[in-house]
Amino acid sequence: MADFETPKFREYPVVPELKPDAMAGDGPFVSRAEYDEDLGYPGEMPENWKEKTLDKMQDLLGRYRSFQVFMDSCIKCGACTDKCHYFIGTNDPKNMPVARQDLMRKVYRRYFTFAGKFFPKLVGAVDLTEDVLKEWFNYYHQCSECRRCSVFCPMGIDTAEVTMAAREILAHVGYGQKYSNQIIQKVYKIGNNLGLPGPALEGILEDLEEEVEEDTGVPVKYNMDKEGVEALLMTPSADFFAEPHIDGLIGYGKVLHELGITWTVSSKASEAANFGLFIGSYDNIQRVSMRIREAAIDLKVKRIIFGECGHAWRVAYSFLNTLAGPFDFLDQNYPVPQHILEVTYGAIQEGKLRLNKEENDHLTMTFHDSCNVARASRMGDKPGGQFDIPRAVIKAACNNYVDMDSDTIKDATFCCGGGGGLLTDDLMELRVKGALPRMEALKKVTDEDGVTNVAAICAICKSQFTKTLPYYGFEMDAIMSVHQLVSEAIVMTGSEQEKELDGVEEEAKDTEE
Amino acid sequence: MSAFYALLFTVAFLVLVIGLAKKIYQYSRVPAPLKIPVTPAPLTKGGVAVRLAKEAILFAALFRSNKWTWLFGWMFHMSLFVVLTIHLRYFIKDVPEWLVLLQPIGKYAAFTMIIGLLGLLVRRMFVARVKYISSPSDYLWLLLLLVIGLTGVTMRFISHTDIISVKEFSLGILSFNWQTLPMDVPLLVHLFLVAILMILLPFSKLLHIPGLFFAPSRNQVDNPREKRHIAPWAAELEAEKNKMQPK
Ligand code: HEM
Ligand code: HEM
Ligand code: SF4
Ligand code: SF4
Repeated sequence: MADFETPKFREYPVVPELKPDAMAGDGPFVSRAEYDEDLGYPGEMPENWKEKTLDKMQDLLGRYRSFQVFMDSCIKCGACTDKCHYFIGTNDPKNMPVARQDLMRKVYRRYFTFAGKFFPKLVGAVDLTEDVLKEWFNYYHQCSECRRCSVFCPMGIDTAEVTMAAREILAHVGYGQKYSNQIIQKVYKIGNNLGLPGPALEGILEDLEEEVEEDTGVPVKYNMDKEGVEALLMTPSADFFAEPHIDGLIGYGKVLHELGITWTVSSKASEAANFGLFIGSYDNIQRVSMRIREAAIDLKVKRIIFGECGHAWRVAYSFLNTLAGPFDFLDQNYPVPQHILEVTYGAIQEGKLRLNKEENDHLTMTFHDSCNVARASRMGDKPGGQFDIPRAVIKAACNNYVDMDSDTIKDATFCCGGGGGLLTDDLMELRVKGALPRMEALKKVTDEDGVTNVAAICAICKSQFTKTLPYYGFEMDAIMSVHQLVSEAIVMTGSEQEKELDGVEEEAKDTEE
Repeated sequence: MSAFYALLFTVAFLVLVIGLAKKIYQYSRVPAPLKIPVTPAPLTKGGVAVRLAKEAILFAALFRSNKWTWLFGWMFHMSLFVVLTIHLRYFIKDVPEWLVLLQPIGKYAAFTMIIGLLGLLVRRMFVARVKYISSPSDYLWLLLLLVIGLTGVTMRFISHTDIISVKEFSLGILSFNWQTLPMDVPLLVHLFLVAILMILLPFSKLLHIPGLFFAPSRNQVDNPREKRHIAPWAAELEAEKNKMQPK
């Protein structure tokens, strides 16, 4: 495969030894002017990069309370040191969350604090040099902004906030990351991360309609740019063609059809993901978010529903109302925005969906909590709904379900290893190594409880699993979408499946009642 | 000498209060432009108060992450709290009864405080990961607190000092009426280091005290779908966006 070794499963979850500089290097590909300029960045490093870097740092310290407080409040207690999947998988001490923050903090102390200005050695402050900048680029692209460390930090320090600030500073001196910036540019130019143009998308959706009708005998609609329908569906563009994402999309369509909710995707905003988050850019998060508002207005919908995507849901749930609201032109009887799982779960609770669990009897499922859903958003009206609702939906569609180890799920979940703008081939080694803790937990339930498949609700997790599962000896299609399970089990009114279960005559009687 | 100490404490007190006030003002002024509570998060302000209280009093997150660090850290802080409480007798003219009653038990808090500090020091020196992230100042803080504690214990249990004069001295500082201080070495060391601690606190990692309460990851209410949350500097970007309205 590639020129690195896949980490071995550890017999006991011992804390790894330190291997300094194990992941030293140049980091991912650097962005280029052609992508950068669209995003408001200089594209190449200016002469006065040092001054610019410090200016931007000062600017962000004044803009983000999180960044300012976190620079000061770390007590160096070490509680976070063994919590990051990238540290566990690579053993590089600079991947310990506090050490990652310190790359920034040592410069902060040098230029912005009394102690660091006058006693740099004492508090570990250093001058800003080109090497420091390179180290930032490398190690701030070995953080998936998953927030696991913050759960365990007594001061609530969220390394993701520091990583985002670092990437924003780097981008302002022309040292952005190619993968993320190129993707954001595609969103602006074409409408989605993958650069799928409208007509191609329409073709795909038509094929889906045919396929589903053939399968079920029900004319489920997968509309694009249809005005006046009830809901705008925002879903990650991977849902339009990647496996197992697309099976999830098929599932949303069936559920919405069965509930009588008409819906459409928008060609202009054919992407739920918002990579502005990953590069820590408020302006870009907002610009990407505004497309959703515009699409909702143009298509005259009453609701916005989001498909399965982790960070998209974080931005949607936590920021959309703030950045692109107020959404007073939408139907206020529904949360704005709403997650497809909230829709499906609500319908199951009210008995509006018929699910034939036996369809999934050949599977024993477990669920991977995606970091951005678990630690940066919510579903439903109770804290922790983001854990309970997906599990409830899986259990409603499937008889066999087992959770992984309790310190690897819910708010302690391990990142898949590919989040935060790292899902790129130039970071393959990091991705595989970072997947270790999740793979270990999966291995355990596979061996002990006969788990066959793992479901996720994030496009990045699904793609990352597909790539990394084989490295650890699993089948690549062991990863599934939650709505894929729903799609398999759902018995739509008037479908072949219904006839098969009830017999033709009874079905006729049912509809008369 | 007494005058030097009196001056030192006046300065230390001012630096501590003004330094801390400036930092707290800074923290409260910098906006938190987006909702970023680490979820599951409370849905109400009351819930947030409970969440923060659990962190400040029980060190709940630390308990989840590392039992040894929690044990020593919590022991140190709780003992410190008791020690500082019984120290109030030097600053209150008529000592209330509960404080008198606390003295005989409270004085043993010095020992748990020292044990806690030693535990943290050992961890810092011998756990490779923690050693890696430590700079000299991290050790010095622990040593400083240890020596303050040890000199205190010396005075309390071995070579007593004239605490009546100490009280007159400290009350004197509060009323700008400087009194003489007993010239005992443990006392002078104790007080010198306490003054250093007070002076450095606003410039050091001891900013974790206000920092804990200002972390947006912990102090925000989880209600972004119900309520918009716009920072002043973001309002500019708002204006542009508002052109986009349904017809
Ligand atoms: C609201 C009050 C405070 C809270 C909630 C608090 C909380 C914490 C927590 C959670 C830690 C990390 C765990 C540990 O290593 O013990 C810590 C560390 C520390 N705290 Fe505090 N603290 C408070 C006040 C103070 C005060 C008043 C001092 C000193 C005068 C202090 C000195 C320290 C030191 C030196 C450490 C680092 C210990 C080490 O080296 O590992 N804290 N604090
Ligand atoms: C201006 C502030 C302070 C003054 C005037 C002061 C004075 C004293 C005196 C006179 C004693 C001896 C008590 C006796 O013989 O009964 C003592 C004990 C002690 N001090 Fe302080 N001290 C101060 C601040 C502190 C601080 C900030 C700490 C902790 C960080 C501390 C820790 C201790 C301890 C552990 C003892 C021994 C046990 C006890 O009596 O509580 N002191 N202090
Ligand atoms: S946010 Fe996640 S990836 Fe980043 S340092 Fe923390 S645990 Fe590691
Ligand atoms: S857990 Fe928090 S306070 Fe402790 S070392 Fe890590 S970042 Fe610093």
